[in-house]
Amino acid sequence: MRIVTARRVSQVFFFVVFVWFCAVATLGEQPWQLRGWPVNWLLELDPLVGLTTLLSTRTLYAGLLWGLATLALTVLLGRVFCGWICPFGAMHHFLGYLGRRSRRLPAQVEMNRFRPAQAIKYYILVFFLAAGVLLPREWISSGSLQIGLLDPLPLAHRSVNLILLPLADRLGLGPAPLPRFYEGAGLIGAVFLGALFLNLWIPRFYCRFICPLGALLGVLSRWALWRVGRTEASCTGCRLCERSCEGACAPTETIRIGECVMCLNCLDECRHDAIAYRTRPSAAGEALLPDLARRGFVVSAVSGLLAAPVLRLGGTSGPNWNAGLIRPPGALAEEDFLARCIKCGQCMRVCPTNVIHPAGLEGGIEGLWTPKLNFRVGTSGCQHTCIACGHLCPTAAIRPISLDERVGRSAFAGRGPLRIGAAFVDRGRCLPWAMDKPCIVCQENCPVSPKAIFTREVFNAVRTIVPLTVKGTDRGRLLLASDALDAGRFGTGDYHALLSAGLRLRIAANTRDALELERPLTPPESPAPGSAVVIQVRLQQPYVDPKLCIGCGVCEHECPVLGRRAIRVTAENESRHPRHRMVL
Amino acid sequence: MSLDPFLNRREFMGRAARAGATLLAAGGIASLAYDPVGPGPISEEPAAAGLPDFSLPEAGRRMCIARGAADRSRALQLALQAIGGIEAFIRKGDRVLIKVNAAFASPALLSATTHPELVSEMIHLCLKAGAAAVRVTDNPINDPASCFALTGIGEAARRAGAELILPEERFFRPLTLKDAVLIKNWPVLLAPLSGVTKLIGLAPLKDHHRSGASMVMKNWYGLLGGRRNIFHQDIQTIIAELACMVTPTLVVLDATTTMISNGPTGGSLADLKETRTLIVGTDQVAVDAFGATLLGKTAADLPFIAKAEALGAGSADYRALSPIEVAA
Repeated sequence: MRIVTARRVSQVFFFVVFVWFCAVATLGEQPWQLRGWPVNWLLELDPLVGLTTLLSTRTLYAGLLWGLATLALTVLLGRVFCGWICPFGAMHHFLGYLGRRSRRLPAQVEMNRFRPAQAIKYYILVFFLAAGVLLPREWISSGSLQIGLLDPLPLAHRSVNLILLPLADRLGLGPAPLPRFYEGAGLIGAVFLGALFLNLWIPRFYCRFICPLGALLGVLSRWALWRVGRTEASCTGCRLCERSCEGACAPTETIRIGECVMCLNCLDECRHDAIAYRTRPSAAGEALLPDLARRGFVVSAVSGLLAAPVLRLGGTSGPNWNAGLIRPPGALAEEDFLARCIKCGQCMRVCPTNVIHPAGLEGGIEGLWTPKLNFRVGTSGCQHTCIACGHLCPTAAIRPISLDERVGRSAFAGRGPLRIGAAFVDRGRCLPWAMDKPCIVCQENCPVSPKAIFTREVFNAVRTIVPLTVKGTDRGRLLLASDALDAGRFGTGDYHALLSAGLRLRIAANTRDALELERPLTPPESPAPGSAVVIQVRLQQPYVDPKLCIGCGVCEHECPVLGRRAIRVTAENESRHPRHRMVL
Repeated sequence: MSLDPFLNRREFMGRAARAGATLLAAGGIASLAYDPVGPGPISEEPAAAGLPDFSLPEAGRRMCIARGAADRSRALQLALQAIGGIEAFIRKGDRVLIKVNAAFASPALLSATTHPELVSEMIHLCLKAGAAAVRVTDNPINDPASCFALTGIGEAARRAGAELILPEERFFRPLTLKDAVLIKNWPVLLAPLSGVTKLIGLAPLKDHHRSGASMVMKNWYGLLGGRRNIFHQDIQTIIAELACMVTPTLVVLDATTTMISNGPTGGSLADLKETRTLIVGTDQVAVDAFGATLLGKTAADLPFIAKAEALGAGSADYRALSPIEVAA
């Protein structure tokens, strides 16, 4: 088998694995659902996820150890990950091929020539590494992990999870039984499509100019034991090797070792054995390090180091925290959370109720595409016995909590249930509070026991056109002096007649001029003709007990005041941050 | 060849022809798409007129109360035997739909939903009686997939050989119930009912803060789609109208373990009480009227019972049916 065929097989294999892992990150027990699939494996193989979280937390979380495998591979063999494994790289590779295949040889060589601007990705890497560094706390902040914005594996996962799979669902091809929504999907989709379409102008545009993982592996590949390079055999200068050079690493000249993505097309193209993959350095010379200007390096490093402290001056993770930003259950306190979240969208994908969404600017620029809860969207609020998101989070920005911890039992009985916020009744919008309409859907759906939403009963006089007076009684029927009522309106079971003696009876039915009461009146109870009668509506008005409310948002989801809900959850009282505690 | 350096005849004709064709095409498309009036108000999909009647006239109005029920399967078997056996209701070749209450994503232990064991036994009985197919469905309040998974109903239905139907947008069609105040052009879960010849309601007995009780009639709420929460503003009427909309073959009210407080979600064993009763009947109003007594209420405390009776859905006086009592 030709070596490039082996490479293509590997790329297709890892691409299929990637799509499969994205698709099966669906809660369920079927083989095509989550079960035990290692759906984070490709994210964990990404050593940049491991390295940046190591810098920002000084720990390497669980599966991120896999990054060492990629590291070892790169140090031994070069950027094999980029050319053979990376699913995002495979997409670029394929599209770049489509973009150049019909062009003539010189045009293709031109598309794949080395450009000094390929150094940009190293500056991007330096900036993100510096921004994520855990500084001493007294210097204002922990690091701000922003690598997820451009790191190819989180980017690819996010894009497939939040754009491609939901689109597939809509066409009836996806795994979700109900169509999914993701707030702000437009921007995520634009970045994804933009990155892909750039390949039509310059193949592997993203890999060559932007990819910070490529930059990291490029730096590491300088020690590679085996490398691509010119042999001592004489080169005819046909430049066929440069026609299909994926890394734009100038294989005929002084080869840029850090840029080579190990596509090995040059080996395949050369008919004169002038290029080989071997331990000896290239006969035409090697450039091991990228041409980084000291000025550029210093600017990216310093601006990176300053990024987190400057951004934190906005106070969004301090006193200016946004109560509208509700994090998933188990999310760490905001600063620790921002030091870990890689914006990969795995939590949003696995959430069975589709309430986890990519944030916009609710948490500041730093919080872009981090998970937040939107209770209006999805099939119900955050299910209070579900812990899926934390168990999928590859970096423990959302801790893998146990069910016991979530609901506050066994070892956690003393701490009580985990709260992600608290519900507040908007009395200006709530039907029983503002509109004299019975409702209490929120109370009914409150899933905790005892219910966090309770009601107090009130009887409000119904706004009628004329004061009602009694004309007479006929057993259970109260005859009225006027005929101003809407027939049937008061027979719903919620309306009562308050007689002058203070006696209140439920109205079973009514005509225009008579009320049918729930039971016949005894002679002493019968009101005298001419006495007043008031029709009242019985209302159960909802209240929230903050000690019991966990902020699950089921009430907000179910509230029939659809536009801006009459009961809404904010992050007040969330247990992830003691400073956000609201009541004693 | 023309001397005019700018335009010769052939080129002029060619251009004129292309220009003409462009104008003709534009004019054609414009006249085809021309709409002098503009859009009108929202047009509503024509609504279905109602559901088929699934009751069996020859079965009459029968009811059995199994007391001392601990084993749901056994209680169901005994209660059915007492009113003629499952064969009196399900015939060979029948296609049966079982409407469960799977409203909440909570485990069977908490009794907020129909018990999977009961679902399982009912499916077995139907298949034993010769049913060609059995379907199980509900439009739950919480996430449907989670509800059917966590309650155990999904697994029970599949194992017993029934088809589980999770609600999807396209399964709902607007329905208008004759003389109804509330069920007018409202989306109803109709697709699972297509081709069905028998309908069975399986409901748990639960406390319900707004309506007073959630029993057999309230269970039909799970056939409604759309933002059905709006009906809580007139809960008594909607329950009565639902009872009018649905004429089941058979209903089962499971009060083996009853949620007596914190309903309809419950969430704690402290909300439950062992009432060890299972009721089977053909008159849903009567079954609910009896069910009320297990919650320490009377039918008069629950206005929807009188309303349903007034609408002709059944009899609130369950004693008039002379219910058979068996010890389970």
